[in-house]
Amino acid sequence: MTPLCVVEGLRVRYAGALSAALDGVDLTLRPGAPLAVIGESGSGKSTLALALAGLLPGDAQTEGRLLWPAGALRPGRDIGLVFQDPWSSLDPVLSIGHQIGEVLAAHLGLKGAAARARAQELLARVQLDSGLLQAYPHQLSGGQRQRAALALAIAARPRLLIADEPTSALDAVVQAAILALIAELCAAQGMALLFVTHDIALAAGLAAHILVLKDGRTVESGPARAVLRAPKADYTRRLIAAHLGLDTPGPSRPAAPRPLLCATGLHKRYRRGGEPVAALDGVSIELAAGETLALAGASGSGKSTLCRVLLRLTEPDAGTLHLGGLDLRALRGRALRAARPRVQMVFQDPLAAFNPRATVGRVLADPLRVNALVPARAIPAAVAGLLAEVGLPAALAARPVRAISGGQRQRVAIARALATGPELIVLDEPVSALDTLVRAEILALLAALQQRRNVAYLLVTHDLGVARALAHRLAVMDRGRIVEEGPVESVLAAPQSVAARALIAAVPDLRAVSKL
Amino acid sequence: MIGRLRSLEGVLGTALLLMLATGALLAPVLVPHDPLAIVAGPLLPPFADWSVPLGTDRLGRDVLAGLLYGARVSLLVGLSAAAAALVVGAAVGTAAGFAGGLIDEALMRIVDAFQTVPGFLLALAFVSVAGPSLGVVVAAIALAAWPAPARLVRGEVLSLRERDFVASARVIGMHPLAIALREVLPNALPPALALGATIVAGAILTEAALAFLGLGDPNQASWGGMIAEGRTVLRTAPFLSLIPGAALVATVIGVHLVGEGVAQRRTVP
Amino acid sequence: MTRALALAGRRLVAAVPVLLIVAIGCFALLEAAPGDAVDAYVGATGGDAGLMQALRERWGLEGGPLPRLGHYLWSLAHLDLGHSVAFARPVRDIVLERLPNTLLLMGAATALAFGLGTGLGILAGARPGSVRDRALSISALALHAVPGFWLGLVLILLFSVQLRWLPGSGIETVASGLTGTARALDIARHLVLPVAALGLIYLALYLRVMRAGMVEVWPQDFIRAARARGLSRRAIVLGHVARNALLPVVTLLGLQAAAMFGGSVVVESVFAVPGLGRLAHEAVAARDTPLLLGIILASAVLVLAVNLAVDLIYAALDPRVGAAERA
Repeated sequence: MTPLCVVEGLRVRYAGALSAALDGVDLTLRPGAPLAVIGESGSGKSTLALALAGLLPGDAQTEGRLLWPAGALRPGRDIGLVFQDPWSSLDPVLSIGHQIGEVLAAHLGLKGAAARARAQELLARVQLDSGLLQAYPHQLSGGQRQRAALALAIAARPRLLIADEPTSALDAVVQAAILALIAELCAAQGMALLFVTHDIALAAGLAAHILVLKDGRTVESGPARAVLRAPKADYTRRLIAAHLGLDTPGPSRPAAPRPLLCATGLHKRYRRGGEPVAALDGVSIELAAGETLALAGASGSGKSTLCRVLLRLTEPDAGTLHLGGLDLRALRGRALRAARPRVQMVFQDPLAAFNPRATVGRVLADPLRVNALVPARAIPAAVAGLLAEVGLPAALAARPVRAISGGQRQRVAIARALATGPELIVLDEPVSALDTLVRAEILALLAALQQRRNVAYLLVTHDLGVARALAHRLAVMDRGRIVEEGPVESVLAAPQSVAARALIAAVPDLRAVSKL
Repeated sequence: MIGRLRSLEGVLGTALLLMLATGALLAPVLVPHDPLAIVAGPLLPPFADWSVPLGTDRLGRDVLAGLLYGARVSLLVGLSAAAAALVVGAAVGTAAGFAGGLIDEALMRIVDAFQTVPGFLLALAFVSVAGPSLGVVVAAIALAAWPAPARLVRGEVLSLRERDFVASARVIGMHPLAIALREVLPNALPPALALGATIVAGAILTEAALAFLGLGDPNQASWGGMIAEGRTVLRTAPFLSLIPGAALVATVIGVHLVGEGVAQRRTVP
Repeated sequence: MTRALALAGRRLVAAVPVLLIVAIGCFALLEAAPGDAVDAYVGATGGDAGLMQALRERWGLEGGPLPRLGHYLWSLAHLDLGHSVAFARPVRDIVLERLPNTLLLMGAATALAFGLGTGLGILAGARPGSVRDRALSISALALHAVPGFWLGLVLILLFSVQLRWLPGSGIETVASGLTGTARALDIARHLVLPVAALGLIYLALYLRVMRAGMVEVWPQDFIRAARARGLSRRAIVLGHVARNALLPVVTLLGLQAAAMFGGSVVVESVFAVPGLGRLAHEAVAARDTPLLLGIILASAVLVLAVNLAVDLIYAALDPRVGAAERA
């Protein structure tokens, strides 16, 4: 079959950048043979997608050849694009119908009833209710928005679909559904697919060919089956080894479990648009010292509210909360602040969890100073000790938190949580924003710290692979309730609830090499 | 290229204002006469007599002296009124943002009320009741200008309070007062300070307008008053209105340029 | 529609305490003014102690501050704004007489500032950093620094004194006997310079805010997505970038209503337009505090009305308004 697009020796360099974003990449795109481009942040994978779509900024220098053997493809008309963030890729003030109508008018010349009919057909194609034509982006969930973005991308019947990390901002269950939809659309409409992702396991279920990028260069390229089963490059081998499937070995159980946290009958309602919404609807959990309980569930299932309640950041409407015999809910003011060092938290987005003006040193010194844990003179040494404990050099203390890498930030966040010597750390999606290799390192660090300090973790995640790697027990939340709970391996082996089964099905499987 | 031009704007503005400030400070050295004293014949055009290089007004007062002493009033009133408005506004906004509930509600209704009344009318009424003196003019202008920074700071405080890093400070057991002073305020105030240039510019223009309407301090030379004076002889001696007006425009442009430069430095790290 | 109505209802309810605070503020200023209305009235027209006593009773100026406040608010509730000393007439009648001229001036100036300012802002923001953008931005910055009264004088000097194209004072030719269209044209000719003086100053602000808004919208993901969909540049600039950047400009329309009213005081004084602004200046010159406060109250009501309208327009332009608000 004639290739749709051939790229030879593509080099891209952004104005003012020290090194090239892409440095000599070759690829061939054919209809019916989806290509996955794998890479970590900074690998140049998004630059590649933008270059194919003709969307590079005007001041970027490009070299190499971009050939269209089957005729030149025009962006929007022949190339459809789906971006990573469904929250920001739709115009917030225009209805979905209006935005689809624009594309139909621009490329197909459709107006009025014909355009309306085609728009409804498109929504049906991406499995959205046709009533959503009148809806505005803020009224849709993340998954619905990404479906709407897909409808926009395929509106003009493009011959090539470029999907740039289309699911990395979505939770696992929604991710699986969107990926299935993309695969189905490409197959049904004969569209070629360029799928950009940081997760090699996602490529396994979708792509016929795989291209692994690192620092703008091709590390490995070939048929998906060959690359996944017998990777030639060491880097690819490490990516595959770092994948967290459900067969990942779990941690060993703590020696003599002693009850630590006990919460019963927690209720919390919010008012949203006048309607009371139950975020927590009778939640009870127990956690032993040195143990990890994973809390899994889709977005909006109440995980975050539960964390905030356990940390006394949000007051529950009802329920009890005890930490090692101490009634946490009864504490106020000074007594509450005195108890706070015992339970700490690592936030999902470390950058948002640090004062934007702070240095690493201040972030780590604050908990020591506030709780008078070490004399003022000894604080620099204590900060250096904390940094060493999470594998960072002491010199990092002088750097602003904005100026360090994502992986370093998450280590600093962990060090801050360790500073007060807590018995329990709440980990809110601690690795969901990280690249595969960094994620593996952070999880290994957390496991090692637990061994050393006998600290208990409450791990919030929507990814059961992460839960499998770190947790002893697993609780599944759905609409404010815990619907299933037990040792990780038993829940994974025999899930009882619909929510648990959906989460399990959503974990990408490296062995599911595409049959395409 | 753009970045360089932008910072050029900041440099230009700073130079303009420095020149003005120097002229204002050295006024007694540069011109020997009192700006309100009659020193020569009336309505001398500019550049005719080098003892009064910019000419004289209807009464024979030195225009250059008026210009330099007027710069003192403009800059003094502009800066003090803006400083007062920023301090009061930031204090009220902080209080409302942190207190929440009824206190917030009450403070914000007061802010609403102040923003509903045209600021210039309010200043006019205040000066007309309290009598025109420099202090009253400053107070009147500040009275009209404080609600904007108050609203801004309150909004910042409310949004910062919900941020993860404030939750994180609570989790480590930081005292609420320390959270307010160390975590929230340092991040809430810079946007209000960025408003500073706009407030200074507005204050200078308001002072001039008040003086133009005859509500300036009668014992001080003021650009607005000079323009009003010149207006009576607009047909025969337009320079009497044009010169102080041009000085006013140059000053306000200088303030805006500096503001632009600061804003650029804030967004481009 | 229900969303807009609910919003309007909430705004009207919120306006009540605001007006009450404004009224109390006015009362405080009235109290602070040296002498009361009776002193001023008797000072102007002459009269003895008996008349003063009678007037004080009639105007509710007896007793302590609280009863006086009560009487003041009660009068306001009945739309009684008090008695003007200088004009020896009810304040309400004078205000209503002058209001149309001010509405005409402000309406025309707002249309000029908003229309032209937004249009030029789009031209500047369509290509941030371009020569056109820089020229427009710098002109706007300079224009924004010009005081309205001085711009008025310069315009008079240029178009009225030097070129003799347009009248430089008044709202219409005195005793011209014109009617109908001829009179309307005469008023329009008189309004050209004051509208220009008032409108051009605020034009700069609309231009700057529109441009800044577009500069902020350009790097957003949904603009890149619109480019990826192959939409024309024109459709992206107008349909997406300008469309989103319009929202803060509309907000500015409400905020500027009060500022423009203040600006009309000096502009009306310069051009001798018999409107509320000039009336305010006259009230100050005549030390007529009740009249001045009447104007302030009237302006506050006007500003609230403008803001209500602006809120409704905003809600129509931004579907997110009211969606997240808690009932």
